[in-house]
Order: sequence, then C-alpha cells, then structure tokens
Amino acid sequence: MSKKRIGLTNRRAVTGYLFILPFILGFLLFMVQPLFQSLKMSLSDVNISTSGFAMTWNNFYNYIKAFTIDPEFNRMLATEISTMIYQSLATIVFSFFVAMILNQEFKGRALVRSIFFLAVILSSGVLVGIEYNNSLMAGLKDTIEKQGNSNGITDVLEKILLAGQTNAASEKVFDKLFEIIDSIYDVAMASGIQIIIFLSGLQNISPSMYEAADMEGCTKWESLWKITVPMISPIFLVCWIYTIIDFFMKTDNQIMEKINNVMIVQLNYGFSSAMAWIYFIVVMLLIGISSLIIKKVVYYYE
Amino acid sequence: MSDEGKTMKNIIQNTTQNEQPLEKQKIGFWERNEASGGILLRETIKKYALSIFRALLLFGMCFLILQPIFNKIAVSFMSERDLYDTTVVLIPKHFTFDNYKLTAKLLEYSTSLFNTIWVSALVSIIQVFMCALVGYGFARFDFPFKNFWFFCVLLVIIIPPQTISTSLYLHFHYFDIFGIFKAITGQSLNLRSSMLPYILMCLGCMGLKDGLYIFMIRQYFRGFPYELEEAAYVDGCGTFSTFMKIMLPGAKPILTSCFLFSFVWQWTDSFYTELFLGKIKMLSSEISGIADRLQTYLTLTLGERMVTQAYEQQILATGVIMIIIPLIILYLFVQKQFVESLTTTGVKM
Repeated sequence: MSKKRIGLTNRRAVTGYLFILPFILGFLLFMVQPLFQSLKMSLSDVNISTSGFAMTWNNFYNYIKAFTIDPEFNRMLATEISTMIYQSLATIVFSFFVAMILNQEFKGRALVRSIFFLAVILSSGVLVGIEYNNSLMAGLKDTIEKQGNSNGITDVLEKILLAGQTNAASEKVFDKLFEIIDSIYDVAMASGIQIIIFLSGLQNISPSMYEAADMEGCTKWESLWKITVPMISPIFLVCWIYTIIDFFMKTDNQIMEKINNVMIVQLNYGFSSAMAWIYFIVVMLLIGISSLIIKKVVYYYE
Repeated sequence: MSDEGKTMKNIIQNTTQNEQPLEKQKIGFWERNEASGGILLRETIKKYALSIFRALLLFGMCFLILQPIFNKIAVSFMSERDLYDTTVVLIPKHFTFDNYKLTAKLLEYSTSLFNTIWVSALVSIIQVFMCALVGYGFARFDFPFKNFWFFCVLLVIIIPPQTISTSLYLHFHYFDIFGIFKAITGQSLNLRSSMLPYILMCLGCMGLKDGLYIFMIRQYFRGFPYELEEAAYVDGCGTFSTFMKIMLPGAKPILTSCFLFSFVWQWTDSFYTELFLGKIKMLSSEISGIADRLQTYLTLTLGERMVTQAYEQQILATGVIMIIIPLIILYLFVQKQFVESLTTTGVKM
C-alpha cells in the first residue's frame, strides 16, 4: 500500500462512476451514436449493399421533400400535433380528477384502484393499435344507431347547444370539446400512469395543512385551489411532459406508421429519418415552450 | 332521504314533545339537528349525495375500462352466425370454443406464449437490475458531472426510440466493433436476427422505458435511511455487497413495481420486438399479423373464400383475450403489493 493515498471522497466518486458505468456506456453506444448517425442519414442518400451502407450528402433534399413534395406529411403533422395537445390536456385534467377521487376514503377503494391500474396494462403496446382499428365495434355501433334511430348523447347535446349559435369560433370550441368527450375512452386508457403519479403526489401533501385551513374556516373548494393545486403543481409539469411523450410514442400514431412504413417497406432510410427528426424537433419545441410556461406558475414548497 | 326525513321529523315532533326520548341514539340526530338549526340535516344530505354521485361516477368510469374486455370475451365465445344476429348482444346463442382453437393455431400459442414468457422475464430482470445499479449510483454517490449524467437520463426518457430506430436497425444489421470483424471475416456481423442486440441494450440501460425506471429507483433510494448503509460499512461490508445485501432487499417495493411495469410493457411491446426479435415468435408480433394469416389459413382449408371483416375482428378479439389473460392472472396475484407500493412509497417526484 505504498501508492498515493486516495481520499474517501475521490474513492466514493470512483465507485459512483462504476455504478453508473453501464448507463454511460449504453448511452454513448446506443443513444448518442445512433442519434448522430440518424441525423447524418437524414441529410443524405442512403444506399444499402450487402457489405454495408453508404451515405452521400444531398443538400437537405429529404427535408425539402418532406415539406414540399410529400403530399400527406404536412397535413399529418398538423393533425397529429393538434390532437396531441388537446388529448394531453384532457388526459391531465382527467387523471388529476380521478386521482382526487381515488385519494378519498370510501368503500371499495381498493377495487376501484386496481381497475384503474388495470388500464395501465391494457393500454400498452400492440393492444392500443388493435383497439384503435376495431371496426367491428364501430360497425356494431353504427347499425345500432341507425336501427334505434337515436343519436349519441354528445350529438344531442351538440344540437341543443349549437341551436342558437351562429358564431363560428364558439362552434369550433364546442366541436373540439365534444371530440374530447367522444374520445373519453382513449383518455381514460391513456391516463393510468398519470393517475399513479398524481396519487403519490397527493399523498405527499401533509394533512396538517388541510387541518389548519379547516380551522381557519376554509371551505373544501378553497383548500383545493389554495393548497392542493399549488402543492401538486410540479407534478403537473412532470405529467404533462410524460403525457406528450407517451402520445408521441404510441403505435397508432399516423406519422410513426408512415415512418416505419417508409423505412421497412420502401427501404428509404434517409427520408424516414428526416421525417422522424422533423417530428422529434416539433415535439421537443412543444415540450420546451410549454414547460417554460408551466414553470412560471409552478410553486416549489421546499 | 329528504321526504323520509320530513315525515320522520313530524312523527318525532308529535311523539317527543311531551315525553322523554326513549331511544337516545335514534332521536339524538334530530334533536341535534334542531339544535343546530337544520345545518346537520343539510350536511348529512350533502354528504350522502356526494358519495352517491361519486359512486355513480366511479362505476361509470370502471365500466368504461372494463366494458371492452367483457365485450371481447362475449364475442370470443360466439359462433360466426351470432355476429350477424342483431338480437345477440352479449350472451352468445351458439356457444363455441372454436374461435379459441383457431386463434391458438394461428398464433402458435404454446410456442409464442413460452417465448414471450421467458423473453419478457429475462429482459425485465436485466432491466431492473441494471437500473437499480445506476439509480443507486445516482442517489448515493457524489461525483463530478453528476448533474450532466442525470440530465442524460432525463434525455433518455424524453427521446423516443423511434427517432433512432432507423439507425439502430442498420447499426445492428451491420454490426462491428472498430472494424475488427470486417478485418477477420471480410463481412460485418448481422446481429439483427438474434436476441443479442436487445440484451446488450438492456445491459446498457437503453431498453424499453429504462430512463423511467432509473428515475423511479433513484427517487426511492434518495429517501432511504443512511444509517443502514453506514452500519454495513462499519461492519466491513464492501460497497457492492452493501448494495446487494442491504439496499436491494430494502428497495423491494419499488423493484417489484418496476419489474411489473417492465414485464407488462415488454409483453405487449411491438416496437422493439419487431426491430430486434424478428426471428423469435412472440405474442405481440404474432397478433399484428393475425388477419393475414387467417386469410391464408381459410383459403388453404376451405378454398376460395373471403374473410368477412366481422369474422376477422372476432378472431382478433379472441387473440387479444388470449394475450392479456396471462397478464391479468399475474396482476391478480401481485395486485395488492403493486398498488400499495406505487401509491404509498412508489413514484416520488
């Protein structure tokens, strides 16, 4: 032991690095490297041969193609992004609401909780895509509606509410609102993890705060806005980001389908990675801007 | 409630005006109500109304989640005739197991189920163990650039694997380490048809949603008492054996949750499965091609016959039921630990 002595802090630092070494290696090999490669690919023509693949620079042709030549990409991007925004909003509100209810004491709470967490299982992977394409159920619904000559509740409501309206803007708002209500099933299935996150956040709020507020004559409604919402606001941010990413990675996403299709069927690697990058950058911008806005309102207790 | 309340009130008023209350418990409520000037009654009604409203709401939402499953189960037992019969809604008229038999054949159920079980179990064990290592490293040690690396973890959560799928695909198709293989054999290795790339990725914490597990485990370890670790060090336990003997058993709840998440997500994942495990028959990849296989099967056995869409959907529904049944059985067994660990100790952001 004649070597230079290493201090405890340094030794701890080395051990720490050893612990996270798998992550560093994995990150560099399977994330940074492919990321750069895919960026490079998106900027070039990729030629595949038996011995490997060659890339030639082509002056942003893939990007230009995606925006100007491809007939459906722009439209798809716009629809997907707008659907993403309003569905994520609906998911956040819904999951917060459900978490509030599940946090209360009532009979059969364990059962209800486990049913809601069941949604986490049922809304993963391929199952979502299958549910989405379920034309049998849609067909059944159509025939039933035709035979019974009845409309969905939302249709009726829409007619009533829109009867006296001639304003185009409010009509649009209502349309979106009803679209959300109609897609409540998707929202409920997508909010499994968010409910868990909100629930654990709600349970971390100390009950003495509510007691104090109660003593001071605060109503339940007031304590919701003055205690629960500020205390849980950091979690809103986390949930918001998580929801957007979750939506981004769904298998029934039109753009993702197109990207995979271009890659596997048409073997056009350059174009598919260019589209993936455009989509990725748009979503990152969305996340960045919205989290900056949310960060302004978030309240950190500690 | 309110009607009953009024009549009750009248009776009580009539009978108790001159007499002493016989049953203190029962009459107590109304007396207290009168003493409070009707507030008590109002509050009680409000309480019950709220809980009835809540029960209705929860029932509706649970129904929303469960209904598709019930529907699929019902459809899966129907014979094809029942699908076109408008009088049949949920209970099949011609009860049959044929759908299950056919679907099992189309999915090659025993093979793919077995494959899915061992692949999912292997992958999730590796994932959880590696993420526990990394999460522990982040939670307990101080080292230079720690924040930078943790930022990278967050980046892994945020960057969707689809962005890099194209290059990963090619990367493993022409796999090589600094050109060594090419120099020896003259060709790069095609690793895409084996499981090795995926295992490598899981070892490097880049599997399905690994960033999330690292994050969750780190948060859990951060709230873990330091004393246990210190006691172990004082007694001469090394860093790694402390981790194995003290920290891992202590983190059981969060590890169980992560394992379950990982197992379930791996079970139903189609993205990585199609990218890396193309040669291995897995349930999730089999189900996505089931419609085509049904068509071929029917043409082979019955000659020229188009598959109607309803029948196709029926087989698909049966397939989905067969895929989620093992998961639901698993969930029933560990449901209590799962829900409790997640809601009490689990995800602390």
